[in-house]
Amino acid sequence: MSAAEQVRQYILENFLFSTDTSLLGLDESFLERGLIDSTGMLEVILFLEENFGVKVGDNEMVPENLDSVNRIAAFIERKKA
Amino acid sequence: MTKSQPLSAERAFALDYAAEIERIGGALRQALSTELNRRGLVVAISGGIDSSVSAALAVRAVGPKRVYGLLLPERVSSPASTHRGRLLAGHLGIECEVFDIAPALEALGCYARIEEVCKAVHPGYGAGWKNKIVLEGGLEGRYNHFKLVAQDPTGKIHEARLEYRQYLMIVAATNFKQRVRKTMEYFHADRLNYAVVGTPNRLEYDQGFFVKNGDGSADVKPIAHLYKSQVYAMARHMLLPDEICNAVPTTDTYSLAQGQDEFYFGLPYAQMDLALWAYEHDEPAARLGEALGISADAAQAVYADIEAKRRATRYLAAAPIRMPPS
Repeated sequence: MSAAEQVRQYILENFLFSTDTSLLGLDESFLERGLIDSTGMLEVILFLEENFGVKVGDNEMVPENLDSVNRIAAFIERKKA
Repeated sequence: MTKSQPLSAERAFALDYAAEIERIGGALRQALSTELNRRGLVVAISGGIDSSVSAALAVRAVGPKRVYGLLLPERVSSPASTHRGRLLAGHLGIECEVFDIAPALEALGCYARIEEVCKAVHPGYGAGWKNKIVLEGGLEGRYNHFKLVAQDPTGKIHEARLEYRQYLMIVAATNFKQRVRKTMEYFHADRLNYAVVGTPNRLEYDQGFFVKNGDGSADVKPIAHLYKSQVYAMARHMLLPDEICNAVPTTDTYSLAQGQDEFYFGLPYAQMDLALWAYEHDEPAARLGEALGISADAAQAVYADIEAKRRATRYLAAAPIRMPPS
């Protein structure tokens, strides 16, 4: 499963209590949907650190890196490169 | 204020304080007599400006004999807070009780849980260390998150970001403090047939700077419509003791001294007040930036942070969600 699909599945199950992929577009902004607040983002970061072996720095905690499934997937790819 | 004038706190927060005190007093009497059917008011006094002004307003509304003051210190409360609380109670002529909630907090595991997190984050943490949590991120366009700042016995400061579970645990354990205090307030309110006064100011109420079922819980909130700058001005108008009028806002909740700005608001209260006022009056970010001496982008980040905190804390003040009828 691609990183994007893993992240989407996690967010669907954990934040939307669903497995229906039609509920979350890959480019949808979590902030605009009111889906993930700052505490929720800490949870997402823990998921990324535990499942992808990346360490998210304080200065990397910005919407440009983390505010959609595809942004997160691209961020992970950059971190692993 | 016209859009051609620079933003001014003096103009934004101008208020006829004598009239406002009368108005609040009337509203409190009305609430007690017709909605709450209670005979007086219980106010927990922290020694800070908000609870002091709330207590003074309660006294103006119903007289000192019908106001019961509570000082509820715990292990890390500053002795200066209790001193100011006693000073206020004496100044207002109200009956006041000091009740140490530390044994209750100890029994509930509050201190042990906080220490567990501190040790997990800073492995050397132990006797003689102090701690606080500090908010970061929102004003720089990053996600808000907290750092645990610890001071070792030599005075050296150690800082580390709290991860998800640590953050939740330290907040959950610390919230015992506000919730135990509220339990005591309602004990006295029930035994006296009084109502409980909640003491958030507008900035705190709007931005969710309170604990649900803790300091957020009350029967009446006499200053929740007033900006903190107005609360200070009202304290001076009511001639409260200088020590109270000049007290710097702190949380008095962590063992290391912690300003409300570093804990939650990001900016000193006077600037946050003006930012909230400007936000509520649809002032462009550039005008706020000019008034605060920051860039328009930075002011925009302040607006975004105001919105983010409103969204994240909306449920704190909301009634429980009931299921729609079938």
